Amino acid sequence: MTAASSEPGLPVVAADPLAGADRATAALHVENLEVDFLVRGIPRRVLRGVSFSVRPGESFGLVGESGCGKSTTAYSALGLLPDNGRVAGGQALIAGRDVTHMSASDLRQVRLNDVSMVYQDPGAALNPTLKIGMQVTEAFTMLGAAKAEARDRAFEALRRVRISDPRGVMERYPHQLSGGMQQRVVIAMALANDPKLLVLDEPTTGLDATVEAEVLDLVESLREDTGAAVLLIAHNLGVIRRMCDRVGVMYAGKVVEQGPAAEVFDNPSHPYTVGLLRCLPRHGARKNDRRLDTIPGFLPQIGEALPTCVFVDRCPIATDVCRTQAPPVVALGTDTSGARFARCHHIDKVAQIEPTGLLSGADAEAREVEPILRLEDVNVTFHQNRRSIHALVDVNLDLRPGETLGLVGESGSGKTTLAKTILGIQQPDTGSRVVLDGVPLEGSTRKRPQDARRSIQIVFQNPDSALNRAQSVRAILSRALAKLAGITGKEADTRLDVLINHVRLTPRHLDLKPRQLSGGLKQRVAIGRAFAGDPRIVVCDEPTSALDVSVQAAILNLLADLQRDEQSSYVFISHDLGVVRYLSDRIAVLYLGRIMEVGPAADVFAGPHHPYTEALLSAVPSVDGAPETRIRLDGEVPSAASPPPGCVFHTRCPRRLESGICETEVPPLVEVEPGHRMACHIPLEELRGLQAAETVQA
Amino acid sequence: MVVYVLRRLALAVVTLFLLTLIVFAISNVLPQDVARAILGPFAPAESVAQLNKQLGTDQPLLVQYWRLLKGIITFDFGTSYQSGQPVTELIGQTLSNSAKLAILALLLTVPLGVVGGIAAALRKGRLADRVIVTLGLAGSAIPEFVTSTFLIFVLGLKLNVLPVLATWPEGSSIGTQAYYLLMPSLALVLVYFGYIARMARAGTISALEADYTRTATMKGMTRAKVLRTHVLRNALLPTISVVATQTGYLFGGLLAVEVIFNVNGLGRLLVTAAKAKDLPVLSAGVLVIGTIYMVATLLADLLISYLNPRIRLAANA
Amino acid sequence: MSETTRPSDGPHSAATPSSSTSDAADMTHGLVDREMNEMVTVPAGPGMTASAAALTARKTARRETFRLLMRKPSFVIGNLIVIFWVVCAVGGKAIAPYDPQQNFSDFLHAPPGGDFLLGTDRLGRDVLSRIITGARDVLIVAPVSAVIGVTLGTVLGLVMGFYRGAVDDILSRIVEAFLSLPIAVVGLLALVVLGPSNTTVLTVVGLLFAPIVARTVRAAVLAERELDYVQAARLQGESSFYIMFREILPNITGPIIVELTVRIGYAIFTVATLSFLGVGVQPPSPDWGLAISDEYSFIISGYWWPVVYPSLAIASLVIAVNLIADALQGVLSR
Repeated sequence: MTAASSEPGLPVVAADPLAGADRATAALHVENLEVDFLVRGIPRRVLRGVSFSVRPGESFGLVGESGCGKSTTAYSALGLLPDNGRVAGGQALIAGRDVTHMSASDLRQVRLNDVSMVYQDPGAALNPTLKIGMQVTEAFTMLGAAKAEARDRAFEALRRVRISDPRGVMERYPHQLSGGMQQRVVIAMALANDPKLLVLDEPTTGLDATVEAEVLDLVESLREDTGAAVLLIAHNLGVIRRMCDRVGVMYAGKVVEQGPAAEVFDNPSHPYTVGLLRCLPRHGARKNDRRLDTIPGFLPQIGEALPTCVFVDRCPIATDVCRTQAPPVVALGTDTSGARFARCHHIDKVAQIEPTGLLSGADAEAREVEPILRLEDVNVTFHQNRRSIHALVDVNLDLRPGETLGLVGESGSGKTTLAKTILGIQQPDTGSRVVLDGVPLEGSTRKRPQDARRSIQIVFQNPDSALNRAQSVRAILSRALAKLAGITGKEADTRLDVLINHVRLTPRHLDLKPRQLSGGLKQRVAIGRAFAGDPRIVVCDEPTSALDVSVQAAILNLLADLQRDEQSSYVFISHDLGVVRYLSDRIAVLYLGRIMEVGPAADVFAGPHHPYTEALLSAVPSVDGAPETRIRLDGEVPSAASPPPGCVFHTRCPRRLESGICETEVPPLVEVEPGHRMACHIPLEELRGLQAAETVQA
Repeated sequence: MVVYVLRRLALAVVTLFLLTLIVFAISNVLPQDVARAILGPFAPAESVAQLNKQLGTDQPLLVQYWRLLKGIITFDFGTSYQSGQPVTELIGQTLSNSAKLAILALLLTVPLGVVGGIAAALRKGRLADRVIVTLGLAGSAIPEFVTSTFLIFVLGLKLNVLPVLATWPEGSSIGTQAYYLLMPSLALVLVYFGYIARMARAGTISALEADYTRTATMKGMTRAKVLRTHVLRNALLPTISVVATQTGYLFGGLLAVEVIFNVNGLGRLLVTAAKAKDLPVLSAGVLVIGTIYMVATLLADLLISYLNPRIRLAANA
Repeated sequence: MSETTRPSDGPHSAATPSSSTSDAADMTHGLVDREMNEMVTVPAGPGMTASAAALTARKTARRETFRLLMRKPSFVIGNLIVIFWVVCAVGGKAIAPYDPQQNFSDFLHAPPGGDFLLGTDRLGRDVLSRIITGARDVLIVAPVSAVIGVTLGTVLGLVMGFYRGAVDDILSRIVEAFLSLPIAVVGLLALVVLGPSNTTVLTVVGLLFAPIVARTVRAAVLAERELDYVQAARLQGESSFYIMFREILPNITGPIIVELTVRIGYAIFTVATLSFLGVGVQPPSPDWGLAISDEYSFIISGYWWPVVYPSLAIASLVIAVNLIADALQGVLSR
């Protein structure tokens, strides 16, 4: 599989570095694994020879964008491929035995004794009609324990995953637990057989960052206790960096680079890894400092015939040889055992890949201008079964022309409700005022004048949902021009060209339907629609979180460019603090529908910050290595139907005051620094002292 | 749960009320002269007027509707135009035979459909699956009376193994009656098997593909145990409501089947009443069948809500 | 009559996980879409005008759907059978060997074979000729009533699903009340009141189908409504009417076409049953249901052919329509 090197002088591993090595001792040894999926009877290659090895007790991460085959690798290694999948070649050995060609009963023994798995969606991984106790107990009875003993052990297992009330939880059904609790239960079941190998497939992807941090802490400490080897699959580079000793970077069904996590992330040696890391807004990068790097081109489609080097079409340093010869497996570092390698013809040139140029623009200094949008005492209450749920409580916010206001908070904090209220698709309570250019707006978009509608537009999270799949791009954008800009007829064609040019689409995209476009292109169409009527305000609700990182970077660049050109204001919602930081001028932090802190992005991120903000920031696993200190939140977000008295955050606040004031008195939102307001009983200077040692990076 | 049950009951009452409105509206859709319709165009005007008075059809619609509602509560639907017998009596006499036929058909269809559906799901895409699915599709597409003629032709005429008329001797045992009802119920089984099998198959496939099934597999369970403890319960929940709705619709199928096999049941009563334009019998029978459907779906919903902890435990759902 | 119940009304969760999901899911679910991408993408060549490219893209998409359908044996077989009966219905007397009403009084209940390929009935009429000419009534009445039902039901379902709230609650109750009545039963009642004729049959059956179709369409609309493009249209200032009929409707044509085909199958089922019960198509029409009704009591005396052959005709037609519906369901439903 490896051709002779075309670059004499480089330490080239002649054969696959892992062939033969570790076979018998590894917790999981995958060798040249090839997997096809049958689509309408036609086999489509998904894995193109994957090799790696997870040593006993080690934590190994597989990382890559969607469709790269990381989950398929894991599922093949556990004999869990769907009906249309089949292993076309290679092996996957668990404890020295090949799982891919094993009898059903042998496979069952392996699953019973040697491996366990934790999935992305814990809610789906638990049987909705059976009590938690029964499901966990079952894991032990399968191992031969008697009923009573199994129950005791289930109790212990739940306690071990830090569930505070195991007895109570055992009597409950999955839907009565939060996502974080569900994932703990799944982990408890996975550890029942004391596995030699624990496979985690995107275990925290659907969870809030704060919950994610808890779950990752838990997995880390349990791994230390049990000595289980871990195979962690994640698209989030930060998660992998935090959790893994070694990492394999996958692209198009191949591991293109592999090595110790710190080395791979700090000193990437494959052009793809370099690109992937540079796509992320890191080191506090801001929209006015630099554009984000992107990886040009598209992810290859599944089953597509690819040239000898799978990455060649998107590679900045590719040459002719990349198309004609399979790239060599180049061992890196001093160790030639293959522990660290990259598949590339031009390893020596990787370091020379130029980052995108810096921008000279400075932050807008127009602080004193009139706000374009003003929210005054906005309250939103949902009435459900005679209970009142306060989704937003006394929200006061300004938005200035040309600025980006980032909204941050856990799910259920009211970010999206706030966005919807601004747009007029969520009616606020009476007494709330949404004021555009000094003119109060009706609560419902239907009652607003067309000019107000034109002024406030939205970019949704998921372009598949946001674009009408029955319409062509031309129909979508022309209609938007007609309704929002009032342009029809001949002029519309000219304007359409201008518009698609703005969002970096080409005329050939116009006659395609959304499903014929990639995720990134679809999001461009959605952005184009929002900008059709020269909006003053664009609400961006998680506009990049359904996209892969390489696509995300391009969309963020586009949003920053459009803002610079059009001077529109953004209300930007994202769970990814790095992204928020990149794009935002000011940040508002919400918790249970209340603003905890609002201020210039630099101040909010640099601190001193509200303890909740502090917790959010320290929950984020960084691609650049872990920060020194972390504060963790305990417990769950309280129900918005019965918020805690006093400061709503006191039930989870790690810095709660001894005096008891937090439990009884609501802290006012006061200005602690110029333009920086915070709702906390702890004085700013004290917070500064407490947080001084902690340099948190987003 | 209590709130759910109460709300579901209230909805059933509302639906029942609407049902009476619909039936009444259809019966009075034309400003027709009922007695004239019965007696024909050449009857003298006096006898028409007299019959109208006797039937109460000379009174305002509101009064007539009120009488219908009162009749439902007191089980008094008036008298048959045709025989002069109380409608309640006529329906009572025939309903038990229809119930016997329906129960026998259900006792055969439900287990067959469920087992067939699960078997098909377990062999998804293979020959057995295709055969079951296609048979179900074909069976449920063909009208009951057509299926009945095939059955009579094959089982009655060619093989001569089953009686073709469901007229059992007076005082027969349950077993004998079932024997006589076997062919008519087979006609119903062929039609309703497909619906139940299709739903059981779909439910099983989605449960088999669910993550929790994979969790169970990863616990090292045998496939049989996975099926028993994790798949079946979730798979069959949706089948319950199909069984309920089909129970209701089964009574629609009874019309033709009872006519063909000469079962003295509600279906045949309605067809006879239709031919004689005997509206009191007809509309009361339609109401009864609608009520059976509603009771069946009500019971199914309650059963499902009991089996599904998400509904059972919701404080206010 | 008997209706398929779909587990439909569940709230459709349109929300996708907030981040790129595991790629195994991509494989099994996204793969087909991706493949469709490749097939349908037609980049406009340099010499091509934009609208020509649009036309080509649309044509290609349609041709692709057709190609997928033609690969399904059920679709091909179903269509061949339907075409056969349509030819019979159109040809009628012109292709029948005898006048379907002619009584050959010397040949009462003549067995199949000889001059009468499928035998004669109790009045000495040629069974084959009656079957050929009997296709016409059902093939007119059934599709027309299905179209009536689907049109009304679609409008009703759109309104219910789109407005939700009180409108939906009230309409849903009424629909539910209608659904509790087997169509044959309520059809019997209605036709007794209105008197039988082809027009009343197709009107009654069509009206009775509307609530059933409405429920299916409502479920589809509820799912669509959750999608953000509906919000986007609102924010663009589109009217409710525009959103319902121009934005949502084109996206649910797949389920509606499937529903129409399914309804045609049930309409044949229902019309035949009503004729059999004596309230549908009236004598002396050679209608199949009617023929079975007139002759079934003789079957046990051995005169099976005037019953079994029309029965086969009905069975073949309904199965054929259902095969088509099944194939469409597989290809058109997303």
